[in-house]
Amino acid sequence: MSATMAEIGPYLALILVGFLPNEVWRVLGLVLVRGLDERSQFIVWVRAVATAMLAGVLAQLILASSGALAAVPLWVRIGAAAVGLLAFFAARRSVFAGVAAGVGAFVLGAYLMGY
Amino acid sequence: MSEPSAESPPKSAAKAFADGLRSAFGSVFFYVLLGNYLGIGALAHEFNFSVLWMVLSTILIWAAPAQLILISTLGTSTLIEVAIAVTLSSVRFLPMVAGLLPTLRAEGTRQRDLVLPMHFTAISVWVEGLRLAGLLPRAERVAFYNGLGTGLMFSAAVASAGGYYLAATLPPLLAAALLFFTPMAVLMVSARNSRTLLDGLSFGLGLVVWPAVAAMKLGLELMWTGLIAGTIAYVVHRVREGVR
Repeated sequence: MSATMAEIGPYLALILVGFLPNEVWRVLGLVLVRGLDERSQFIVWVRAVATAMLAGVLAQLILASSGALAAVPLWVRIGAAAVGLLAFFAARRSVFAGVAAGVGAFVLGAYLMGY
Repeated sequence: MSEPSAESPPKSAAKAFADGLRSAFGSVFFYVLLGNYLGIGALAHEFNFSVLWMVLSTILIWAAPAQLILISTLGTSTLIEVAIAVTLSSVRFLPMVAGLLPTLRAEGTRQRDLVLPMHFTAISVWVEGLRLAGLLPRAERVAFYNGLGTGLMFSAAVASAGGYYLAATLPPLLAAALLFFTPMAVLMVSARNSRTLLDGLSFGLGLVVWPAVAAMKLGLELMWTGLIAGTIAYVVHRVREGVR
């Protein structure tokens, strides 16, 4: 139970504790909807759940960042996202404009905070 | 020999695949994945993995959060702990794959034809593919989605190796900025794709419910966020449909 990567090597570890535990969810999704129609109410609900989870991933990435992002203050991350969203709507729902403005605001904010 | 169709003449699978590839290069996610995976490749270098290992992890796992967990914890945690953390981080793929495959399936599509689209499903390919493939004739959708997935995964794999070699030269501010591309792209593309009440409500509620669930420290935050926000949005959608 207390085996570590040192004992089995990085490639076997990649398969056993990286690939397999991740892929199991995709395979379950494949098996679960065998023969189901896309107009079925179950699929409509499942898609709503997937969309909500995607929003959860976004909230997690911005509010509970990890790695190099975590070093930048929370208000810079939230403010930059707001600037990006404003630019998105100002540029008639342009994804490129929104992403560019959001990342630009993030860099500026982080730089001004001394990063 | 293909059956003559009543609709427009069906394109060959190769043509649909090429269309998918082209859509990948035109997608904002192609560039976002480049940025994001440059950051992850640099992290793999910091933690002393090989460049081949890093590229393989992108192709096999194809999920940035799971890869970040793997890279940062494999050296110090037990294998069981890492496996549990990766499992918990990837629950979203179940509803994503389940919600997608019925749209890709055409008459005569075998279960094994769906294995590749299943593996390509990640946030980037899913949000672009669900929207674009739905506009195509059914017979072309699987090949199109595979082309889209190949193009986007190619971008990530190249950046994985690139970031690995650039690691030593990346200033911290740039490393942070690269990782900020992904949340921004998810936000903008979701805002663009939220055309229906159900989509917009699911996404908006998800943004509000995640911090609430996270504050309660129940664990499995993403799963609860999906079930709670998705179900509320679905119920509102059904009530509105019933009223009309």
